Amino acid sequence: MKNQITHHLTPQLLMAYSAGTLPEAFDLIVASHLSLCDECRAEAESYDAVGGALIERETAEMACDSLEATLRRIREGADADTAPPAPLPAATADLPRPIRDYVGGDLADVRWQSMGRGVRQAILPVDGEATARLLHIPAGAEVPDHGHRGTELTLVLKGAFRDEDGRFGPGDVEVADEAVEHTPVAEEGEDCICLAVTDAPLRFSGLMPRLAQPFLKI
Amino acid sequence: MLSNVDWLDQYAAQPVPPPDAPVSVVRGAAAMGEVGLTRMTQTRGRATVEWVDHVVRIRDARDEAAFAELFAHFAPRVKAFLKRSGADDGLAEECAQEVMATLWMKAHLFDPARASVSTWVFTIARNRRIDALRRQRRPEPEDLPWGPEAEPQQDDMLALQQDSERLAEALRALPEKQRYLIERAYFGELSHGEIAEETGLPLGTIKSRIRLALDRLRHALK
Repeated sequence: MKNQITHHLTPQLLMAYSAGTLPEAFDLIVASHLSLCDECRAEAESYDAVGGALIERETAEMACDSLEATLRRIREGADADTAPPAPLPAATADLPRPIRDYVGGDLADVRWQSMGRGVRQAILPVDGEATARLLHIPAGAEVPDHGHRGTELTLVLKGAFRDEDGRFGPGDVEVADEAVEHTPVAEEGEDCICLAVTDAPLRFSGLMPRLAQPFLKI
Repeated sequence: MLSNVDWLDQYAAQPVPPPDAPVSVVRGAAAMGEVGLTRMTQTRGRATVEWVDHVVRIRDARDEAAFAELFAHFAPRVKAFLKRSGADDGLAEECAQEVMATLWMKAHLFDPARASVSTWVFTIARNRRIDALRRQRRPEPEDLPWGPEAEPQQDDMLALQQDSERLAEALRALPEKQRYLIERAYFGELSHGEIAEETGLPLGTIKSRIRLALDRLRHALK
């Protein structure tokens, strides 16, 4: 899948992903973008290399029987995670692998909930305060106008949307912080499917959506 | 673009290890005398292509002698990393052993055209830390189809390993203050905001230092 990706992750996000300090929902969207974007993947791997250079610098004393104990672990094949889930063939999948792992299948397996006006969402089971959800926006429709207290990242998986920051197509990721009041509108012609992660509950500007918010869990 | 950085400040999920955590600095710039330098150079000579060879011997021949040497070098480093991230001695020891066992069992997955052994060990240790200390899943990117070459080209491997040496070199050459802040961002799990509190530096200064340090490191990789 070769898309022209023009909106990338920030260096700060890539570094934090490599350092392993992001909430799970943010790890998920970073891993998904990296699955689609060679450029950011290369940059993320260079941050891994920084980590590799950093761990060379300090040592701590090991227990005296440490090596023996480790060889025992190896002989016992102690590690249980030797059976990774069989991956779907990437060429035929709609969703990047990290998202498929959370959905438990591909796009056809997503269990959508209606949010009204044709917009649908599916909350993904991530731990921690930050939330992750898939959004399905009908072609030409807009997502309810909202601002938010924290940061929201939106990764386009199918179709495209436009908002105050430009056009976002497959693979593009929008990084919006609390200063942004944006109104994404899906392009005509194709429904838009995105992964959105938020590190604080959204607050909608209109009255009705705000009342609905606790029930929709966004 | 400051705003893109700001929100990261709140992510400091882990407890901060006490400042007197027993972790010995092998190559702290301040403590690095002549002797230290000599030793460092020797270790460095080993730290790239030779370590690749060790992993290949484990992969192809289940070579326990090669593993013992890798263990002697990397296990104490993994343990120090875990302790700095907030693990107590017992947990750090156990996780370090698990990381080293993983290295043995996944030797066939190591790709020397994409990472140095140090980098590979770091990613395994980082994932173990996320699992053990933060108890969360770690989504990883989908494997890329890398084309027909099953075995990486020798040239690519050498180039990558040399890049890794240049990067380590650049890290050593960074001004102490910049290097310190990068280390804190990776190991201490401190947010930029907390680093400011700890060091008494204004937040803007810290961010610009981290960014400057990263630019220099990136430059070294070009």
